[in-house]
Amino acid sequence: MERVGPNVSQTKQVKQLDRVIIRFAGDSGDGMQLTGDRFTQESAVFGNDLVTLPNFPAEIRAPQGTIPGVSSFQIHFADHDILTAGDRPDVLVAMNPAALKANLGDLPRGATIIVDTHDFTKRNLDKAGYSSNPLDKLGEVDDILAGFQVQPVDLTGITVEAVKEFGLSRKDAARAKNMFALGLLSWMYGRPTEPTITFLERKFAKVADILGANIAAFKAGWNYGETTETFVVQYEIKPAKMPSGTYRNITGNLALSYGLVAAGVRSNLPVFLGSYPITPASDILHELSKHKAFGVTTLQAEDEIAGIGAAIGASFAGQLAITTTSGPGIALKSEAIGLAVMTELPLVVVNVQRGGPSTGLPTKTEQADLLQAMYGRNGEAPVPIVAPQSPGDCFAAAVEAARIAITYRTPVFLLSDGYLANGSEPWAIPSVEDLPVIDANFATEPNKTVTNAKGEQDTEFWPYLRDEATYARPWAVPGTPGLEHRIGGLEKGEGHGNISYDPANHDKMVRIRQEKIQRIADSLPPLEVDDPSGQAKVLVIGWGSTYGPIGAACRRVRRAGYDVAQVHLRHLNPFPKDLGEILKSYDKVLVPEMNLGQLSKMLRAEYLVDAQGYNHVYGLPLKAAELAEAIGALVGETEGREVNLGEHGLNLPADHEEAPNA
Amino acid sequence: MSTIDLPMPSLGTALVPTLAEGETQTAKDFSSDQEVRWCPGCGDYAVLKAVQSFLPDLGLRRENIVFVSGIGCSSRFPYYLDTYGMHSIHGRAPSIATGIATAREDLSVWVVTGDGDALSIGGNHLIHALRRNVNMTILLFNNRIYGLTKGQYSPTSEVGKVTKSTPVGSVDHPFNPVSLALGAEASFVARTIDSDRKHLTAVLAAAAAHRGTSFVEIYQNCPIFNDGAFDAIKDRDNSHALIPLTHGQPITFGVQDEATGLGDKALVRGAGGGVEVVDTASAAADAIIVHDAQNPDPSTAFAISRLTDAGYLNRSPIGIFRQVDRPTYDDQARAQVAVASEAVASKGTAEERLTALINGGDTWTID
Repeated sequence: MERVGPNVSQTKQVKQLDRVIIRFAGDSGDGMQLTGDRFTQESAVFGNDLVTLPNFPAEIRAPQGTIPGVSSFQIHFADHDILTAGDRPDVLVAMNPAALKANLGDLPRGATIIVDTHDFTKRNLDKAGYSSNPLDKLGEVDDILAGFQVQPVDLTGITVEAVKEFGLSRKDAARAKNMFALGLLSWMYGRPTEPTITFLERKFAKVADILGANIAAFKAGWNYGETTETFVVQYEIKPAKMPSGTYRNITGNLALSYGLVAAGVRSNLPVFLGSYPITPASDILHELSKHKAFGVTTLQAEDEIAGIGAAIGASFAGQLAITTTSGPGIALKSEAIGLAVMTELPLVVVNVQRGGPSTGLPTKTEQADLLQAMYGRNGEAPVPIVAPQSPGDCFAAAVEAARIAITYRTPVFLLSDGYLANGSEPWAIPSVEDLPVIDANFATEPNKTVTNAKGEQDTEFWPYLRDEATYARPWAVPGTPGLEHRIGGLEKGEGHGNISYDPANHDKMVRIRQEKIQRIADSLPPLEVDDPSGQAKVLVIGWGSTYGPIGAACRRVRRAGYDVAQVHLRHLNPFPKDLGEILKSYDKVLVPEMNLGQLSKMLRAEYLVDAQGYNHVYGLPLKAAELAEAIGALVGETEGREVNLGEHGLNLPADHEEAPNA
Repeated sequence: MSTIDLPMPSLGTALVPTLAEGETQTAKDFSSDQEVRWCPGCGDYAVLKAVQSFLPDLGLRRENIVFVSGIGCSSRFPYYLDTYGMHSIHGRAPSIATGIATAREDLSVWVVTGDGDALSIGGNHLIHALRRNVNMTILLFNNRIYGLTKGQYSPTSEVGKVTKSTPVGSVDHPFNPVSLALGAEASFVARTIDSDRKHLTAVLAAAAAHRGTSFVEIYQNCPIFNDGAFDAIKDRDNSHALIPLTHGQPITFGVQDEATGLGDKALVRGAGGGVEVVDTASAAADAIIVHDAQNPDPSTAFAISRLTDAGYLNRSPIGIFRQVDRPTYDDQARAQVAVASEAVASKGTAEERLTALINGGDTWTID
């Protein structure tokens, strides 16, 4: 699609902004995710940098009008490079009292609140726990909305009126109110409307009245902004300067799925996914099941264990095997992961982490499964771990996980999380030619010369005779004559691979399996240390989806005039070889994580470094301003001086993420 | 014992490469160099011998045969066969075999499991493999005891069984594996005995030939922890112990009448919807049930399976209870991939199509 220019108002004042954070909030059935997604596409096509944060309940339809039923979608878009979905929304669109109540606490004073007055009925106010209607008290002494710019609009009423000609039931007509809200917000921020019209025409191609109503509601929302006196200013956020390339907006789960397809293409192997549905990983199963034309087979198994079991079988049979799940599923798959460790078969194990323990918070994000990935098996069972840092990065991380799995004949953890999975960002689409070629390197010949019983030289196939450099064992697939062999969960004799209960052999094999994983580090690039001044005494190190908030927090600290360095780990096992030296070259190390200190525990154990944790488990991404304050405090302590981040910390105005010298 | 003579409309090994003209294989070719380590007198030896002698008859290339097992005494089986094999984890062999069979149409896939492995810890995988009808053969060695863990009762042990974990007798009601498999809508269900080499081999041949999941329960004696569990039905003097099932034949057993060829006992429809054993002499000729393994309705096969004693085994039907043609999961899954792949055959290389895929949706270019 061509880039689309701004839709600038002909009649209203136009103000320039460098970035805006909007949160759409309503009942689970109000279509807020779709509204947010459309606004995102409009902004992406317009050329803003953006990051999104969908946030929805685990229930498909929680009781209507209640606080647990509130679903929201936050988008941060800017004319410069940004890293997070923003800490606090500048604009809240609240479709009912519950949405207002659930989100009000996140707003900074001065924020704009657009509310659908239609749903502020006694019944809905009761459900949200309001004893009186806050909209009736605007400007009075007990106005809980004082300090905000409140715009009450009868979104539902106007929508129903606008779509009257299509003869829908009142209920169906009212359902188009999300498109009215989208139209209004699209006007406010000069978004291009063509992408949404095209989208609606595709989505509702077969239902003319619904299509007509949605387009009419969308246009009515736009015109409401443009023509009524209610909104006096339109805002313009210019396109961001981004590196050259072709972009698309992408969620983590989609990027991860594409990465797995790409790994199949670049390894020239059929892809096999064995999976059991689980939030928030199911999207990957759905997506991969669409790509049979790439030789992708998906099996929806009877349970988590069967999912990985089938994948292990497919791996033994010579395919690129994958299993996808979330933390509870990993718990069930643990024994089978151990089998893949013992049999040394390639396997990508995707864990889209969610809040735990147990069922925990299925739709919320967390990164508390790192130690489970590291240690959650019986015996010494090392498994490499790869973690993407942003939604788009899930693509490259998936290719990397497959590269390690195939090259080193090992299961590999790919640790995504709920925020990456559902969040989105503009993604610079890579060139397929630039992706690594992965060589399956199947064994075709016997690999061992032996002297047989008659004293003659003979050749045999030894399934555990290793490559000297990588320690990878040969991958001999059924159907290869002369390489018939048996593998399994029992300890293997070194080289020949027959069952061995010999104590010295077990000791040796445990060490060999560990050493093989360690040798993956030989193939890793040096870490990138972001230390612009070269003067920093404090290093902030993280992994996974905290990349955005940590990067944004470091930028805040630097904009306030202080030095801080940042390193982000993609490989958690083994660690890159230069990590120890990097850690030792800073006075203090801070490890922000959405857990109670799992990476910091690993760093302390491995490098004897006094890593300090910064830990939150709200089920939401870390907030950049709060983290910046924590970094600032540590910088102050380390450098022995007062640190005041001013507007770049928790003092308003917040949420500016531009790099200092940008 | 009767021979198995069924029409085989779709062959289980149809897509597996066979030996070239003039090539031969013997049991020795299928014996690995590993020392067999079952207890002396274990029924597993007899099954291993039968399988090693029978496999060459299939005429398949050895490298295209895969044996998968779980955990338990019987699950050591793959180590002793010189084919491809995996000794996996407890109960999960059907899931692993499902992956292998779905990934590769050119492999003959076998699962070796036991009553604990298949019916207790792996019960879920077993029923789903049967339901999906993945092209593989499951050999369930039923010794009605846990052997490898040294003698606890199993899900096929009779109520009242005294074992290490049930010193005053088990109160667990046992599974009838054949009834379970029929209930899971298995397309091939059979039962045989370790000590009857001829019947065992005939059932294995039919199971291998069947396209879909073939389920074969093999009564197998554990001489250490459950010795004699099958003595009553192996007693050659007790002609009423076994009810042999032969497709297309009236189901009779016991002392054979030389003139009619029928046994002195017969199966007829029972009052409650099941089947009953009656004296053949007292039954009208057309009342005797003619065994129809290919009946799409499994009700009669199920009713026959209920004639198996749930307690100590004094009587049991054996043979092929059911063999019906039903599309297999793996054939259909591969067909979906093949159809999709064919549809894009003219649309460029995989790399070109991948480029198109990731550039799909709304894109924009920055110079």
